[in-house]
Amino acid sequence: MRAKAQLGGGLKRIETQHQKGKLTARERIELLLDPGSFNEYDTFVEHQCTDFGMDKNKVIGDGVVTGHGTINGRRIFTFSQDFTAFGGSLSKMHAQKICKIMDKAMLVGAPVVGLNDSGGARIQEGVDSLAGYADIFQKNVLSSGVVPQISLIMGPCAGGAVYSPALTDFTFMVRDTSYLFVTGPDVVKAVCNEDVTQEELGGANTHTVISGVAHAAFENDIEAIQRLRDFMDFLPLSNREQAPTRHSDDPTDRADPSLNHIIPVDSSKAYDMREIITRLIDDGYFFEIMPDYAKNIVIGFARMGGKTVSIIGNQPLVSSGVLDINSSVKAARFVRFCDAFNIPIITLVDVPGFLPGTAQEHNGIIRHGAKLLYAYAEATVPKITIITRKAYGGAYDVMSSKHLRGDFANPIPAAQRGYIDDIILPAATRKRIIEDLAVLTHKQLPLIYKKHDNCPL
Amino acid sequence: MGIKTVAIYSDADARSLHVVLADEAVRVGPPPTDQSYLSIPAILKAIKETGAQAVHPGYGFLSENSHFVKSLEEAGVTFIGPGEKAMADLGDKIQSKIIAKNSGVNTIPGFNGVVKNTDHALEISRSIGYPIMLKASAGGGGKGMRIAWNDQEVIEGFKLASQESKSSFGDDRLLIEKYIDNPRHIEIQILADKFGNALYLPERECSIQRRNQKVIEEAPSVHLDSSTRKAMGEQAISLVKHVGYVSAGTVEFLVDSKRNFYFLEMNTRLQVEHPITEYITGLDLVEQMIRVAANQKLSMKQEDIKYKGWAIESRVYAEDPEKYLPSIGRLSKYIEPVSLTDKHEVRCDSGIVEGSEISIYYDPLICKLSTYGETRDEAIQIMGRALDSYVIKGVTHNIPLLREVIGSSRFKSGKISTKFLAEEYPGGFKGHLLKDGPLIELSSIAALIYAKRDVRNWCWKDSREGSSNRNVPNNWNLWVKIHNSNSKIETVNVRIERRSTALQHEDEYQVTVAGHPQTIINAQWPIESPLINAQLHGLNQLKKSVTVQYLDPLPVGFRIQYMGTKFDITVHNQRQHELSQFMIEKPKKDLSKVILSPMPGSVVSIAVNVGDIVNEGVEVAVVEAMKMQNVLRASRVGKVKKINVKPGSSVAAEEVLIEFEDDEQK
Repeated sequence: MRAKAQLGGGLKRIETQHQKGKLTARERIELLLDPGSFNEYDTFVEHQCTDFGMDKNKVIGDGVVTGHGTINGRRIFTFSQDFTAFGGSLSKMHAQKICKIMDKAMLVGAPVVGLNDSGGARIQEGVDSLAGYADIFQKNVLSSGVVPQISLIMGPCAGGAVYSPALTDFTFMVRDTSYLFVTGPDVVKAVCNEDVTQEELGGANTHTVISGVAHAAFENDIEAIQRLRDFMDFLPLSNREQAPTRHSDDPTDRADPSLNHIIPVDSSKAYDMREIITRLIDDGYFFEIMPDYAKNIVIGFARMGGKTVSIIGNQPLVSSGVLDINSSVKAARFVRFCDAFNIPIITLVDVPGFLPGTAQEHNGIIRHGAKLLYAYAEATVPKITIITRKAYGGAYDVMSSKHLRGDFANPIPAAQRGYIDDIILPAATRKRIIEDLAVLTHKQLPLIYKKHDNCPL
Repeated sequence: MGIKTVAIYSDADARSLHVVLADEAVRVGPPPTDQSYLSIPAILKAIKETGAQAVHPGYGFLSENSHFVKSLEEAGVTFIGPGEKAMADLGDKIQSKIIAKNSGVNTIPGFNGVVKNTDHALEISRSIGYPIMLKASAGGGGKGMRIAWNDQEVIEGFKLASQESKSSFGDDRLLIEKYIDNPRHIEIQILADKFGNALYLPERECSIQRRNQKVIEEAPSVHLDSSTRKAMGEQAISLVKHVGYVSAGTVEFLVDSKRNFYFLEMNTRLQVEHPITEYITGLDLVEQMIRVAANQKLSMKQEDIKYKGWAIESRVYAEDPEKYLPSIGRLSKYIEPVSLTDKHEVRCDSGIVEGSEISIYYDPLICKLSTYGETRDEAIQIMGRALDSYVIKGVTHNIPLLREVIGSSRFKSGKISTKFLAEEYPGGFKGHLLKDGPLIELSSIAALIYAKRDVRNWCWKDSREGSSNRNVPNNWNLWVKIHNSNSKIETVNVRIERRSTALQHEDEYQVTVAGHPQTIINAQWPIESPLINAQLHGLNQLKKSVTVQYLDPLPVGFRIQYMGTKFDITVHNQRQHELSQFMIEKPKKDLSKVILSPMPGSVVSIAVNVGDIVNEGVEVAVVEAMKMQNVLRASRVGKVKKINVKPGSSVAAEEVLIEFEDDEQK
């Protein structure tokens, strides 16, 4: 029976899955976790549906593999939907398996990684299946800010199913084999008379470039899972822990004289903020989040002195680094994640202001810009700000200024200054940030009791 | 020498090394050379402002401009170089050949006229001296060409060449000129003072050339014997004395396989490759030039000139090693290999530092890398290590080509000529081709890198589960997949085991590849840093030291520079390898429908309009960078759909300039 459970929907369907360039649920877990570390839950669960002849059609495990294991020795919980079993569709039992590991993850304080590959609701189970989704949504919300929740979309994910990834902290996709949409091309055609392919409607390119729904996309299953492992290394296991520190050979006092002149003094000249970022951080290794969306702001994870930090920088290379609706929303959600999980925020400011115009005003730049302002003002993690050149207007306040409980605001000499602590030599910026981070290790700000805040949405 | 220095710079060089090192620096203008380094008024102004007493022109720019020398003379400022007249006379290519001939210097003999018949051909051939080349007057493409080494070959060759010429071009007229087989570029450095003293220094060989520009030079040359060396030196001196030349200069010769040598031209300035002469003679040529300019006598005589050892110079250019197209950008990582040895065997003459910009305005030379050894082999060996350790990121550079030449058996044997690069890499150099031993060596090092990074991934501090690190992996079964230079992927299965768990930097690994002897590797590598010095020792082998560069991490692997060439390496663990068979190879973007800019630069002209139907090979646009124009041609027949740029537009490398319509349905 255990051997049979390993095969999910059977050899034939596994072969079909492989032909699409996709791996099976179990193969994906093997790649995700350290070899031999997987402990499976509920291997032998089957659905309990008796309608539509389903009592004669059962697959051991019911379309999802769940359990826990380690990534580079650190515990995570995971579920991996099995497209070979009923197309990975979500039944009551399937949902219960997922809810169980989410509960366990909350209990012990470990992240939840979902590998999504599902045709949607198990149609034969009707409202039981929909209830299953709602159970998962509820747990997503309760877990939010307690343990990191990550979704990797590795196949279809449509209809109500999309809202679970949307509620998690990060959504990644695999190019050409994954789709996310609320309604598929057929319904779009019937209702709106629009002709659109799955890829155009909800492929990786759409969600990483146009909609901003997904945070990154990867070439194939192997690469996506490898990158997901690298990503998990940046995160604390829960909000009870500090951001992790890993061994690094990059000297903390490494001076970088080229920083003294990479930034053009002429403020109309552009430069690539990512170049500044990679020179400051450990090993130049920057895990950029949403690299192809709202490119006028750059966000991502890095390490400094081995410790995870988040980096947010205006990007002078794109629209002079102006703040607009999309870049404000992109950065705001990232700031809130980092604050929830004790990840220090390093902000590199070179901002000419907010983008003017009717397009922005009519679409609510006030409301959306307020999100970033709110997020920075609310954050209690260490906040270090480096003004690389200019900080004008309201955007100066927004970008992690002193006035929003910023801890250190250091302009480099090219900067046109506001309220500042000290002018630092660009070459010594790395050393200075790492020293400041050390000072702030045990930073504490009292939180005022509230049921919850009312962040602008 | 205790002389204060003033540097001049254009805006593009405001932060260059020479500006930092000089006692004073003066801006002479914006980046374009005609407004800065070639502007005599601007330079005279800088001289006036600073009260400079003398000017050293370096090489390039105004260094061989006699008008500049005259302007300085008029301003009462000393020019560190030859006098105006000698420079003007020798600077003219035709004039200098006549002067050389009159000074008793060998020039390339030839016959300016049509050969009448076989007897006439023999007569001319004998007077020129063998070997000779018979050439169709109307010729081209090698048709109607014959080389003759003796009378017999002239008789046969004349007949064949005129027939061939007749059938190919309808014209049987033939010319005869001297044939220089396996020509080598060998040059003599001279020094002369204002008191009639002149001496020659040991030769430099500069046969490794691309587009008639030197790439690798060495001193001395393997090809010369002492009598040829003496004869060349004496002819050079006679030329110098004939025109009353002073300061340092170089007489360039072509030398054939029988050591016949012929005058090419004279360079009336310091040469780019002067460091190698300095290495083997111990002289400082710039110091000698300054002394001569200050009216001092040369302090040595010809018999005092001794030389020792061997020196090689590699010109490190910001250009792609295949087509020699210049590259621009910022040097995001830049580490010169000067500390490779502690005996001053490596010299870097460069004006840049990490973060410097290689701009479109000037020559793409990054550095002159010179090495010295007691013997040629030693100088080559040190050059190989220096190139391996030379880290340049941010621009495309020619280290892959330099490293390949230095490591090639033909270069080591000394059997080189000016045709070396064209003969060795006929379609352009595509990168080092890995096979056999080196493939296994690189695979083993890649496995070591993977293992070291994996161990590091488990080194958590202050984390609940990480603190114990009990299950840190210590052996791996890896599949190393290297993208070879012929576009094939080489897969090597490497088993690697960590043998000591002492200090991370010093841990030792045992590597097993089926069918090959087991190797022990340890490596000095601060993890993720650019240089890896690996020590490999097999069971019955001596220890071998290999330097590779860790350039970038890739999603599932990394990019490594090995033997000068960059290799993309995917490393899969056992399970990733098994499952990799199901991954679908994605189709590459169809580039035949677009014209991309081959380099950053500016658009000079666009030769087509939207809607034009163009044929394959037709010029569509011209892009210029670094004073080099590149004609872009259509790679297929097609209709122009869109033109994204205008003449004068600045373009990035790989930018889409012109798009073609999709093929129509057939």
